[in-house]
Parts: sequence; C-alpha cells; structure tokens
Amino acid sequence: MTTTSKPKTPLPEEPKMLLGNERKWTDYFTFCTDHKVIGIQYLVTAFFFYLVGGALATVMRTELATPAPDIVTPDVYNGILTLHGTVMLFLWIVPAGAGLANYLIPLMIGARDMAFPRLNAIAFWLIPPSGLMLIGSFFFEPPSAGWTSYPPLSLTTGALGEGIWIMSILVGGTASILGGLNFLVTILKMRVPSMPLTKMPLFCWAMIATSLLILISTPVLAGALILLAFDLLAGTAFFNPTGGGNPVVYQHMFWFYSHPAVYIFVLPLFGAISDVIAVHARKPIFGYRAIAYSSIVISFLGLIVWAHHMFTSGTPPWLRMFFMITTMVIAVPTGIKVFGWVATLWRGKIAYTSAMLFALGFIALFLIGGISGVMLAAVPFDIHVHDTYFVVAHFHYVLFGASVFGIFMSVYHWFPKMTGRMMNEFWGKIHFVLTFVGMNLTFMPMHELGLRGMNRRIALYDPQFTDLNVLATIGSYIMAVSTIPFLINAIWSWRYGKKAPANPWRALTLEWQTLSPPELENFEELPVLKTGPYDYGLGYIAEEDPEELYAHAVPAPVS
Amino acid sequence: MSTVKIPSSIVTLLIGILLTLASLWYGQNHGLMPVAASEEAELVDGLFDAMMTIGFGLFLLVEGALVYSAIRFRRKDGDEGDGEHLEGNIPLEIVWTAIPAVVVLGISIYSFDIYTRMGGLELMDHDMGGPTKTVEVAYAADAVTGGSTTALGELPLEDQVSEAGLGVSPDAVDEGLSVDVQGLQYAFIFNYPNGIVDGELHVPAGQPVRINLNAQDVLHAFWLPEFRIKQDMIPGQETKLVINANREGTYPVVCAELCGPYHGGMRTQLIVHSPEDYDAWVAERLAALDTGETVASVPSVKSDRTHTARTDAEYLEPFVEPLQLAVAPERLAALRASAEDSAMTHHSHAH
Amino acid sequence: MQGSINTTAEGTLNLAQEEAHGHHEEHPDHRMFGILVFLCAESMLFLGLFVAYITFRLVATEWPPEGTPELEILLPGINSLILISSSFVIHKADTAAKQDDSKGVLTWFGITAIMGAIFLLGQGYEYANLEFGLRENLFASTFYVLTGFHGLHVFVGLLLMLAVLWRNRDPKHYSSENHFGIEAVELYWHFVDVIWIILFVLLYLW
Ligand code: HEA
Ligand code: HEA
Ligand code: CUA
Ligand SMILES: [Cu+2]
Repeated sequence: MTTTSKPKTPLPEEPKMLLGNERKWTDYFTFCTDHKVIGIQYLVTAFFFYLVGGALATVMRTELATPAPDIVTPDVYNGILTLHGTVMLFLWIVPAGAGLANYLIPLMIGARDMAFPRLNAIAFWLIPPSGLMLIGSFFFEPPSAGWTSYPPLSLTTGALGEGIWIMSILVGGTASILGGLNFLVTILKMRVPSMPLTKMPLFCWAMIATSLLILISTPVLAGALILLAFDLLAGTAFFNPTGGGNPVVYQHMFWFYSHPAVYIFVLPLFGAISDVIAVHARKPIFGYRAIAYSSIVISFLGLIVWAHHMFTSGTPPWLRMFFMITTMVIAVPTGIKVFGWVATLWRGKIAYTSAMLFALGFIALFLIGGISGVMLAAVPFDIHVHDTYFVVAHFHYVLFGASVFGIFMSVYHWFPKMTGRMMNEFWGKIHFVLTFVGMNLTFMPMHELGLRGMNRRIALYDPQFTDLNVLATIGSYIMAVSTIPFLINAIWSWRYGKKAPANPWRALTLEWQTLSPPELENFEELPVLKTGPYDYGLGYIAEEDPEELYAHAVPAPVS
Repeated sequence: MSTVKIPSSIVTLLIGILLTLASLWYGQNHGLMPVAASEEAELVDGLFDAMMTIGFGLFLLVEGALVYSAIRFRRKDGDEGDGEHLEGNIPLEIVWTAIPAVVVLGISIYSFDIYTRMGGLELMDHDMGGPTKTVEVAYAADAVTGGSTTALGELPLEDQVSEAGLGVSPDAVDEGLSVDVQGLQYAFIFNYPNGIVDGELHVPAGQPVRINLNAQDVLHAFWLPEFRIKQDMIPGQETKLVINANREGTYPVVCAELCGPYHGGMRTQLIVHSPEDYDAWVAERLAALDTGETVASVPSVKSDRTHTARTDAEYLEPFVEPLQLAVAPERLAALRASAEDSAMTHHSHAH
Repeated sequence: MQGSINTTAEGTLNLAQEEAHGHHEEHPDHRMFGILVFLCAESMLFLGLFVAYITFRLVATEWPPEGTPELEILLPGINSLILISSSFVIHKADTAAKQDDSKGVLTWFGITAIMGAIFLLGQGYEYANLEFGLRENLFASTFYVLTGFHGLHVFVGLLLMLAVLWRNRDPKHYSSENHFGIEAVELYWHFVDVIWIILFVLLYLW
C-alpha cells in the first residue's frame, strides 16, 4: 500500500458537479433526518450560543474591571450572569457534545444512521426555540438568580422571565433526553457485526456513560423545575419556606441533575480526546479497557456526590462526610484517564497539529481544575471557599479548559471529515496560543481572589481585589480576540479550504474509512473491521485517500 | 557531547526529591490565605497547606510529564511511521490507580479530623417544635420596580433548628455570649443579649461566641473569611455556629449567597475586641439604649415591619463612597423616599 | 426525507446500495428497546417527585399539616382496582394481535380505554369533592401535583390507545409480525399502572 499525500478529487471543475456527498447549505435549515446534517446543525447552533455567552462574559468582565458597578447596574449584572451560565451550559456545551455524538457515533460504529432518525431531528429542532426563549427571557424580567436558580430568590425576581427560563430548560432537557436515548440505543444495537463493545472507539464508550447520566438525571431536573414552576406561577409553596416548603429540597433535586451534568459536559470530550491523542501521537491509547470502564465508573460515582455543592446549606454532618468521600473517589477513575493520556503521548510520535495542541491544553488545564475540585471536596476547606471566585476558577478550568478546549480540538480533528476541507493550521496555532494564554490569565487569578475573600455573583467588590480582577479582565479580552481567528478560519476553510482526503490523519477508526464528507448513508458497503481502533505500530498504514472509495460515488449535476 | 551517562533511576530519584522539596516549600509559602483570626481558621489552613503540597506536587508531576513528552517525543520531519505498539501496562496502571486512591483517602481522613475538631459533627439539641414565629416578608425591590415581584406572603413559620452548624463544643452551648443574626436584603442585623441591636458584629477575643443564624426573606450566607467559616442563612431554619476569635482586629462579614441585586453590597464588619473593650462597648450601648438614642437608627427586625425598605437605603449608603457604588441616584432617592413614607405611616399609626 | 441532496444523486446512490447490499431488509427494529429506555428515564422523573414528597414529609414537624381533612379511601381504592385490572385487559389485546385477531384488538383495547377513562373521571370526581385546594398546604400541593401528573400520563395513554384503534380499522394494520404500536402502548400502560400503585401507597395509605 502506498501513502498518497495529495487528495484526489474526482470532481470535474466545470460545470460544478456534486459528488453526491456534499450538502447544499440550505439542507442545514431543514428538518433533515441525516445524522451528519443534524450533527453539524447542533455544532453550528451551539457555537452561535457560545458567542452569545462569551459576549455576555465579556460584559461581565468589563464590569468587574473596576470595583464599582459602573458599566451595568447590579440587577442587570445578575441577569447577564444568569444568562451567561445558562447559555454556556445548556446551549453551548450540551448541544456541542450532542453534535459531536450525532456526527460521530454512526460513522464510528459503521451504522448508516442513528436508531431513531426522526426523533433525532426533533431533538435538534427543540434547541433553537429553547435558546430563543432563554435569550428572550432576558428582555422581560431577566431571571437573575444564577444558573442554579435557587428559591426563594428565584421566586421573587419576576415571574415572567423566570417562567420562560424554566420552560426553556425543560425544552432543552427534553432534547437532551431524546438525544441520550438515541445515542444509547444506537451504540448498543447498531454496531457492525464485527465490532464488539471492546473494539469500539473510546468516544462511543464515553457516550454510553454520558447517555446513562442524561437519562437518569435529567428527568429529576425536570421534576425540580416543574415544582419550581408551580411555586412561581400557581402559588404553591414546595420550596418556599413561608408556606412551609423547603428550599433545600430544591437544591438536592437541582444538584442531583447538575452534578452529573458536569460529567455530561465533559465525558464526551474525554472520549474525543482519547481518539485524537492516539491518532496524532500515532500510538495505541494506553490502557484501553481502563479508560473505557473508568467512564462508566465516573458516571456511576457522578450520581452519588451531588451534595458537595451544598456543604454550607444546612445538610446534616454525616451527609457532608459521605459526600466528601464519594466526591474525592472520583479522582481515581479520572486519574486513570489522565495518566493514560500522558502515557499515550510518552514515546509517541507527536504531530503538532492544532487538534493535538488543543488536546495538550485540555490535559494541562483539566488537571488544574481537577486538583482544585478535589480540594473543594474537602468539607472544612469548601466551607471557606464555597460561593467564591475559587469555585469560579475551578469550574472554568474544567469547563473551559476541558470541555471548550475539547470541542475546539474535536473541530480541528474532524473538520476535514465533516466538510471535506482542511482547516488552516497556522491560524489554528494562533488560536491555540491566544486561547491558552487568555484562559490562564483570566481564571488563574480567580483562585487567589476567592481564597482572599471575594465572593462570586457580585457586581461590586472590595477595592483591595482590583489588581487581580484587572488581570482577569485583560485575559478575557485576549480570549475574546482569540475566537476571531477560529471563526474566520472555520468559515473560510469550509468554503475555500484545501480539499481534504478521506483520511488526512491516517487514522484507523471507521469514520475515516469513507469519503470526506461521507456519502448519504455513510458507507458504500458496511465496513468490516480489519484492525482495532488504535492498532498503531502494528504495521497497518492507513491510506489517505483509497481509490476504491470513489468507485461508486456518482457525480451529480447541480439542479 | 558528554559521554558520562547518569543512570535513569538516579535521574528519577533526583527529580522525585526536587519535586517533593518544591511542593513542600510551596505548600508552606503560597501566601494565598488571608490572616487567620480564629482557632478554626488555623485548622483549615493546616488542611489547605497540606492539600496545596499534594496538589502542587501532582501538578508538577503531571504537567512535567506532559511538557517533557510534548518536547521529547515530537514527530521528526518526514517521519510517517507509527510509535511503538504499547497497549498498556497492568502493574503501572495498578500503581496509578492506587496512588490517587491512597492520596484521596488520606485527604478525606485529614478533612474528617479537622471537621470534627471544628465541632462539625456535634449534634445540636434539636427541638423541632420551636416557637411559632411570623416571618414578615417585604421586598425592597417592590418599592422601586413596583409590583413585578412575587411577594412570598406572610405565613406562620415553624422554626426548625438545624443540626448543621459548626464549631459547637458541649461546654460552649449554654454559657458565653450568644448573638442572633438575621439576614435580610441586604444587611445583617445582630441582636445581642440585653436588647442591643447593631449592624456590626462585636465579639470579645479568646472566648467562644454562639451565633444563631436566620434569614428573613431569601437565602443569605454568613461568611467570615478570616475565620474560614461560612453558613447559609435559611428562612425559617435556625442554624448555630460557634466561633472562637483569637486575634483582635476588624474583619469583613460577607454575604456569600446570591440574594438579589445588592448581594455584593451586603457586607459589614466583625470587630474582635479585647474582653475589656468588649465590656466597655456593651456598657456604652446599654447606656445609649436607656436614653433611646441609637435604637432608632438601627432597624430592629422584630418590631419594625418596614425594615427592609429602610435598611436598603441605609445599608447601601455607606458603600456608595468607598466603593464608588453606582447606585443610580434615583434609586437611592426612591429607597429613601419609601423609607420616609413608611416611617410616616408608622407615625400615624402610633397616633 | 425532505431537503436532502439532489434527487438524482440520492436516487442513484440509494439504488446502488439497495441492490448491492439490501441493507433495508436487515434493518432491525429497535423501537421497543427505545421505549423501554425512555420509560426508565420517565420513571426517574416520578422517582424525583416521590423522593421530594418523602423528604417534605419526613422533614415536616407534622404530617399532613394541621387542618388537612382525611382522604377518602374508598373511591380511589375502586379506581385503583380498575386501573390495575386494565393492565390485564390490555395484555389480552397483545395476545390477540399476536394471533392476527384484529377484532380482539378492537375489543380489548376498547375495554382498556374505557377503564382508563373511568379512572380519569373518578379522579376528576375526587378532585371536585376534595375539601382542600392546590395551595392549601404542602400536602395538598404535592397531592395534586403528583396525582395530576400521573393523570396526565393516563390521558396520554388514552390518546395512544385511540390512535392504535384508529389504525386498527384496517384489519391488516397489525399482525403477528408487526404490532409495535400495540406492544408499546401496553408497556406504557403497565408503567403508568406501576406508578399509580406507588403513588397510592405513598399518598393514601402511608
Ligand atoms: C466539566 C465540568 C466539571 C468537572 C469535570 C468537575 C470535576 C470535579 N469537581 Fe466541579 N464544578 C463544576 C464543574 C465541574 N467539576 C461546576 C460548574 C461547579 C460550580 C457550580 C456552581 O456552583 O455554579 C463545580 C463545583 C464543584 C464543587 C462545589 C464547590 C462549591 O460550590 O463549594 C466541588 C466540591 O466538591 C467540585 C468538585 C469536583 C471534583 C472533585 C471533580 C473531579 O471530577 C475532578 C477529578 C479530576 C482530577 C482530580 C484530575 C486528574 C486526576 C489525577 C491526575 C489523579 C491524581 C489526583 C489526585 C489524587 C487529587 N466541583
Ligand atoms: C462552558 C461554560 C462556560 C464558559 C465557556 C465560560 C466562559 C467564560 N466565563 Fe463563565 N461561567 C459559567 C460557565 C462558562 N463560562 C458558569 C456556569 C458560570 C456561573 C454562573 C452563575 O453563577 O450562575 C460562570 C460565571 C462566570 C463568572 C463569574 C461571575 C460572577 O460570579 O459574578 C465570570 C467572571 O469573570 C465568568 C467569565 C467567563 C469568561 C471571561 C469566559 C470566556 O472564556 C468567554 C470567552 C468567549 C468569548 C469572549 C466569545 C468570543 C466572541 C466575542 C466576544 C465576539 C462577540 C460577538 C458576537 C456575539 C457577534 N464566568
Ligand atoms: Cu445576602 Cu447575598
Ligand atoms: Cu459537582
């Protein structure tokens, strides 16, 4: 077998012919049931909301550049803060993860589509209304009790905005459940016959774990929000102490979802990085089974740690001790993953592609967030830093450092497959450097701020904290700027980028053994596994652009 | 190129020693915590230093390995081949499962110990059927934005004493100073024995002080950064704390739970006096109480139905100057007006 | 599939594949598995509400709160019996479908639907005659929300049954090979039943 370095394009230049695998841009605005279209719809929609959430963050940081609330008033600040948190989590990370899963799962397991394509499309089309409602709520009576929306405060900030907010999360949650259902059934039931569970790419393992979490925990959030909506709109008092209700019950129900949710945010990217690292270091993933099973262990443990968000909420002491220990134990399966990734790099042949750079950043930053997470789990220490910027620093390291870096990594890695074009590597590297620097500049000082006494969710603060806040604000501007090269790169490459071969990274997983972008039903013939997903170093050299892939692809004239 | 090759085991050993030294040094010298002004704070700082040592060591170890492999194992130009086919190494994997397990077990036990020493595990006498109080809820926001706020209503409320406090040692429960703290938007009101009411917390150094937390409207949290103590204030649920100040001085008291737009302004001071100064302060306040001077200036939670509106203006004002608080002048004016309003209605009631 | 690519291309590609590999025949049916997974998720919603109820109850100093009148057991008890027995009735419909007996499907599904409707009416009657309203106290609120939410599920089940009956007008629509709709509704109905049993124990008997 030879390795061809230049992609072959059987497309005649003029008149423009479609290979039958490239989508018209209008397809992305239809109720299409092709998982590839849906995946991209999710990703693009999610990215739009990332810009919205990021713009809100930039306003917040600008406000926090000085101790006084001079850019926006404190009530507006709280609205922005709530919207930032909610948009970033429910409209950026969750849909982005779902987008990757949609695009990749059927391709990775050799299926032609998801198990329930129509349901899949419905799930996606719930996202735009959910997002519009969320953003719309800001213009009525902005929900301003934070993304956690604790009663009784959330019952007092205006019924209309809060009501829309609740509706929006319920709709988004439904989409998430339908998605999770689809992922689980597809992975369990639709693998090509030659692929046992232990030969699946690790992304699929991670998606099993994620889907289980989604299916188990999201409905409980729905329950909490339904009760909250009754309190808000019908005047009941489930969570309202003045009517005999108990606000702490809401916190339990909320965190029963929202703690597992942090693993819903990050597990898909744990899966993705396991795939990316192996390819770009050209080495088998170190400890396949350990990494695969640790995802399941994380999702199980993730279900029994929620009250670590409530160490100061008046939970009984024995409960705090129980949750402290279970929380800390999560460091073990997560450590297995982190060490496995580092060991994969060790003695590999690391290519400095943008995808690999983001993967390295992912590990480096997630480690910091993980260590601060374990510190937070220690009850006596958490009592000091709960609801301070130390927590804000922790979760941005895990959310931004892991989830967002992971998403960028995935985009750089799978962009050629999705669009049939390569991204510009130079600008990818600029993007990486700016993001990495900006990220650390923004969030590293927050650790110290929190420890020293700056609480979170405030628009005005003690002047002694000014210097570190200014640093953070500068960092956030760098991050804002860093997004621009990415945006331009993605849009430009999609249109004019270098044509991508079927398998530009010479990877072994199935999604690369078909055209870029894949044809309508993914594979010409249902593929048969010749190698495991990570069998690098055994002498298989994947071709960049195998001739036979093009044999059946019939060029189609543009209508 | 030098021909002397240092055996890799020695290199590893050296790195290990350096790493340990660096972490030990950093764990003691991070200087990240504010002063420790209570016995509890010193305990927490000990735990924090230990975690910083371990955390910093892990950080160096993993980031070091990452950076090292990122540099050392770069792909050479034109090298299209694969790395070696290495699927795993069971003993190694067992080691790196066991080490974190041991580490977190250690931290858990240490935390547990600290928590116990802070009194976190001691159950409080919980008389569930406490006196029935009427919690009156009025929202400052109502006065300004008008009507958009759902009032929570006025309902009788069973006061539950939560077991979830901190720092209670049995001998401290019944003796010594006990202060009732009410949280409301956006102020703390401290009720001392003998009817002293104040907006600041005054305590004597060197003796345990009981703090009973409660909230009027929404959740607040009572945070003393220099004491490393924080506890949510939940409407209708009394929570008890015991603090042991051991360092005279003035420290911030911060509300740490989002409670509305001016959550950031909800802070006051904790003044730790020497016992003599404290007695002097009490005497002074009692004298003032007799002449009826100060009572009027400090909103009293139990007697004054309109406290929130007043407190809002009052408690924001002091922050306007030092923080250049951009409370819209109209808002302050509105708050003041509504406070005067209610003061007037109050007067007419009195007639 | 609307809005997919150019029709010619689609036609060509599809045709080629279908001829070559005939993958459409080998497309197994995962819908029942999907329903099962969905119901597991759905049960988490109820579980959350149940646990909330249990917590409210355990934390409260007095339960039900002072002044709540005793709940009448007789009518809801009869109602429960009707709902529970309807689970057996609906199973007969499934058996009928497996024997290609479209009339049987009509009969048994019809009876189940009527029993479900009686249950809902009974619940409505109970609501109308209760002495407390939604906002009376915590017990009243949980009572209405839990039973109401369950009632909503019963109602959805009724609609599903009507849909099946509508399709069953064509006697060949359901057959021994193809009776997903019937099986799915049956499973759903059992689920609704089990939820009710837990609810009944929690709200009326405990
Ligand atoms: C992607 C999201 C994500 C992830 C992955 C995590 C991961 C973890 N989180 Fe985090 N967390 C959040 C998102 C996330 N968190 C958010 C959003 C909040 C705030 C919510 C809010 O209030 O708004 C929060 C808050 C939060 C709190 C509450 C703080 C407070 O409000 O007082 C706690 C407390 O225990 C905590 C703990 C942890 C732990 C122990 C982990 C662990 O999973 C981390 C495990 C990883 C490692 C430890 C690193 C790798 C391991 C090794 C290299 C092995 C060796 C390590 C050791 C022996 C330590 N988190
Ligand atoms: C994945 C989740 C995620 C992500 C990616 C981010 C990203 C960022 N976050 Fe976010 N954050 C949260 C999740 C996230 N955050 C959550 C859950 C909270 C808690 C909320 C709560 O307390 O309820 C929070 C809270 C939070 C706070 C605390 C506020 C407070 O407590 O008072 C701060 C403060 O600095 C902050 C800052 C930032 C910054 C600077 C970024 C940056 O990284 C953003 C970088 C991105 C951009 C800057 C976008 C770039 C584009 C443009 C600027 C162009 C704009 C153009 C158009 C729109 C056309 N965040
Ligand atoms: Cu009170 Cu924040
Ligand atoms: Cu958590």
